[in-house]
Amino acid sequence: MTGSTTLTRRVRQLCLGLLGVLLLAALWDLYKAFGPEAGVTVGEQTLVLPRTTDLAMPHTWEMLQRLTEPVTSARDAPSALSAVLDASGFTLGIAARGWLIGVVVGLVLALLMSRFRTAESALLPWVVLSQTVPLIAIAPLVRRWGSALSFGGFEWTSEHSVSVIAAYLAFFPVAVGALRGLKSPDRTHVDLMTAYGVGWWRSLVSLRLPSSVPFLLPALRLSAASAVIGTVVAEVSISLRGGIGRMVVEFAQSAGGDPAKAWAPIFGAVLVGLVAAGAVGLLGLALRPFALTEPVR
Amino acid sequence: MTRTPRPGTHRARPWLTLSATVAALALSLSSCGSGDSGGSDSGGSADSGLRPVTLQLQWVAQAQFAGYYAALDQGYYADEGLDVEIVEGGPDIVPQDVLAAGDVDYAISWVPKVLGSIEQGAGITDVAQIFERSATTQVSFKDKDITSPADFAGKNVGSWGYGNEWELFAGMQKDGVELGDINLVQQAFDMNALLAGDIDVAQAMTYNEYAQVLETVNPDTGELYQPEDLNVVDWNDIGTAMLQDAIWAQSAELDDPAYADQTVAFIKASIKGWVYARDNAQEAADIVTAAGSQLGTSHQLWMTNEVNKLIWPSTDGVGLVDQAAWDQTVDIAMATKNETGATIITEAPPETAYSNEYVEKALKALRTEGVDVDGAGYTPIEVTLNEGGN
Repeated sequence: MTGSTTLTRRVRQLCLGLLGVLLLAALWDLYKAFGPEAGVTVGEQTLVLPRTTDLAMPHTWEMLQRLTEPVTSARDAPSALSAVLDASGFTLGIAARGWLIGVVVGLVLALLMSRFRTAESALLPWVVLSQTVPLIAIAPLVRRWGSALSFGGFEWTSEHSVSVIAAYLAFFPVAVGALRGLKSPDRTHVDLMTAYGVGWWRSLVSLRLPSSVPFLLPALRLSAASAVIGTVVAEVSISLRGGIGRMVVEFAQSAGGDPAKAWAPIFGAVLVGLVAAGAVGLLGLALRPFALTEPVR
Repeated sequence: MTRTPRPGTHRARPWLTLSATVAALALSLSSCGSGDSGGSDSGGSADSGLRPVTLQLQWVAQAQFAGYYAALDQGYYADEGLDVEIVEGGPDIVPQDVLAAGDVDYAISWVPKVLGSIEQGAGITDVAQIFERSATTQVSFKDKDITSPADFAGKNVGSWGYGNEWELFAGMQKDGVELGDINLVQQAFDMNALLAGDIDVAQAMTYNEYAQVLETVNPDTGELYQPEDLNVVDWNDIGTAMLQDAIWAQSAELDDPAYADQTVAFIKASIKGWVYARDNAQEAADIVTAAGSQLGTSHQLWMTNEVNKLIWPSTDGVGLVDQAAWDQTVDIAMATKNETGATIITEAPPETAYSNEYVEKALKALRTEGVDVDGAGYTPIEVTLNEGGN
């Protein structure tokens, strides 16, 4: 494979990606233009396709244009775009911290569980169970417990609470994925290690960790997505100021009078998700050489 | 398993790439994380000699709480020796629970919502009934011809639920409309369901959702909707209004003279803030916007003005709990059944549920200072709403 063909492939991928976005926008506006005004309902009231009114579906260009206009008519109000970008950066920062905590906790748990059978039997059910607790139930609790904490010069803020909640969602895919990865080496390879009399640490570094990479990559990506969702939902839940979540709630107020505005934070959320996935993708590229096997395509 | 060696990958290089990637990612993330951390409105420092006090709101910063933000901005709290931090609420924050858990010193909440918490053991006291009137209404478009709860029968009736529905249920009960007679629809934060016709008669606070409708362009006229286009069922007129925003304190702590004094000081400064909001509606709205509210400027001013109408003119002085209004709230809370047949409370609340002791002291001090705490001559301002509230 030569460099130039790689480049062509990248350009083609980029074009296809852009085309996908354009297609989505076209689909939106085509449906808006030709779809029934009252939407498509099944039975009495179940709406399966949305209404096409300006209220329910603003034109794509209106939504884009709204981004360039000031958020409010206050004198020093920034443009909606810059407000959304600020909020996206804020949310991304918190999500990244949550993701990092989640990944560390997930990896430690996976290592523990792969090392000790008892740990696996004891922990795995709880790990799975932890994900069935609704986020909106734990968010206010975490905030309240956290606000009671302060040690040294460190003071717990709502931002930390949101990070912890993001981590709570993010650790799960890593714990489960890494555990599967760590247990993935063939029996024969493990036996070989045992036959050589190699200790647990050594076989971890040279056999188990490398063979877990193909499992780890999708887990990391999944956990990045979870961290973003956790951050946005927790931001809504405890109304942390500065992020996308709070913006969604606040802009929803103007959904009637200024329908395009309510969509602005949605674009921000998409952006945060894309950047998070991209960053983990980069990390994956750097991790790939460590893998014993090529990741399954 | 097959090991596929990658040609040209030296063992040292992947480590280099990995650490470089991690470092680059960490750098870029730390830069966006530290952007703005507009968390709380923490006032001064502890060494300023002021007593730190936290106030939990029941929603995010908006003109509904203009008086508290004005008192903070104008230094009224500091004048009373208090370093007040205003903690914003959110969809899942229950102010009375936060207060009962001792995480904050005071909280703003509606009386009916708190009565349920008190019956379940929350030891908190209404020490100042800031809003005298209820702001909850049910609005509908004129062509639906819904002018009283009796007309709700057979209609799609919107409500936010979560304790916001009791005046509606009580009003219907009064007119002999059963819950089974209406189709109760869960309402969202916006008024689109009313505008789209999914809801015939929607719940609306005079200071918020009602304005949201008036900020929307009427497709038939090309102009904004006008008050003449709407019918409003006002629970104050129907007689099923319940007491809303009040300042709540921890009952047990009130026995502590220091906390009791602090409560009087806090109420005094808060009322002064509301007086400021009455006399300077535009400035008060700007203070709230500066405190981080994302509401549009005309919407913010509208909200300030409407909230002022709930307080001023005050019958006996702002914050006094009116026995008759309290009893009406308690009666409705005990007698009105929701869709599951439950009532808010099953027995009368304890004596500690409200107290006029502290607000009376505050009002006395304010009157001595010559502050007009009755607002007998209050007249609301005229607010012109812009499209989208901007």
